[in-house]
Amino acid sequence: MKIAFTINGRAQSVEIEDGNTPLLWVIRDQLNLKGTKFGCGKAACGACTILVDGEAVRCCSYAAKLAEGKQITTIEGLGTRAQPHPVQQAWIEEVVPQCGYCQPGFIMATAALLEKNPAPTDEDIDNNIVNVCRCGTYYRMRKAIHRAAALQAQQVAVNPKNQ
Amino acid sequence: MAQLKLKYIFPALLLIGGLLLAAPPASPLDTSAPDGLPPPTAGNDSYDKVMSVLTHPRCINCHPSDHLPKQGLEGRPHHFGVARGAAGHGFEATNCNTCHQNENNDYSGVPGAPHWGLAPASMGWQGLSRAEVAEALLDRSRNGNRGYEALIHHLTEDPLVLWAWSPGVDAAGQPREKPPVAKEAYIKAVKDWFAAGAPIPR
Repeated sequence: MKIAFTINGRAQSVEIEDGNTPLLWVIRDQLNLKGTKFGCGKAACGACTILVDGEAVRCCSYAAKLAEGKQITTIEGLGTRAQPHPVQQAWIEEVVPQCGYCQPGFIMATAALLEKNPAPTDEDIDNNIVNVCRCGTYYRMRKAIHRAAALQAQQVAVNPKNQ
Repeated sequence: MAQLKLKYIFPALLLIGGLLLAAPPASPLDTSAPDGLPPPTAGNDSYDKVMSVLTHPRCINCHPSDHLPKQGLEGRPHHFGVARGAAGHGFEATNCNTCHQNENNDYSGVPGAPHWGLAPASMGWQGLSRAEVAEALLDRSRNGNRGYEALIHHLTEDPLVLWAWSPGVDAAGQPREKPPVAKEAYIKAVKDWFAAGAPIPR
């Protein structure tokens, strides 16, 4: 079956044999976007988090057929090296990653959170950022999330169109 | 005088003790009146079938009384501290649809159905007796102002309710347990119960 969607701003269509194929495999193996990671395959760890129509989704548990007509964003489409997303910038400034494997999922979940809640409290972070990091970088991530919120607020102040 | 009283009191105590020992113990398998109600009569058969479904974990797990969705037959709190949130669908960036879609995902074992989410807080059934669940169900101030027709529709046609009979597999790939009454028998029992005026046995 053929599935058409937009990914990182580009229209894309893929041919898949089984519509229930996890979208993660389409992204990684057919579109060669390797930033989104496989962790548990059970929607439990969040390493595969992407944005579907702006909502955080764990794509290891998202059938590819459901992506028809959707706007998808992966870590590759969040920002650029020249203009990183505030969450990516904050991650760099706080030197968050250790091994780094789970970080794209955390960054995408955080981007989704800041889109809905530009100034999250520690409690908001605890409720929303529930991915798993085996290196235990949670403490640095918490600081980075607050920093990302501040960076995003600065961008909005400079250019309200970024709101 | 005291000796005379003891003469009668001791045999009386022995008699009472003997009677207590002779009484048959409560059967651990006796499920006829789990909430203190009288055993169901033939006229209450529909009620009994409906309530055995509505109080099954497949239904009650998403009717929590503490705003925390439950999982599994044991009704354990949902993974990752998921809670009701402001709109009944979790938190802003981690909500029901972060993992649950419109259908089951048999690769991951994540269940799904249209409008997956918690029942309203006013319909928290966990910990209630069958009679209390029935009262909550019929109470328009708690059930979203639903009359009989709307309730029948919800109970027999809502795909999220009927998901209970197509619950898919769990994370280990094992089929989830279905409610104890077959779907067709449950739907008939719902209609029969409302047709009889939705009586709640006391």
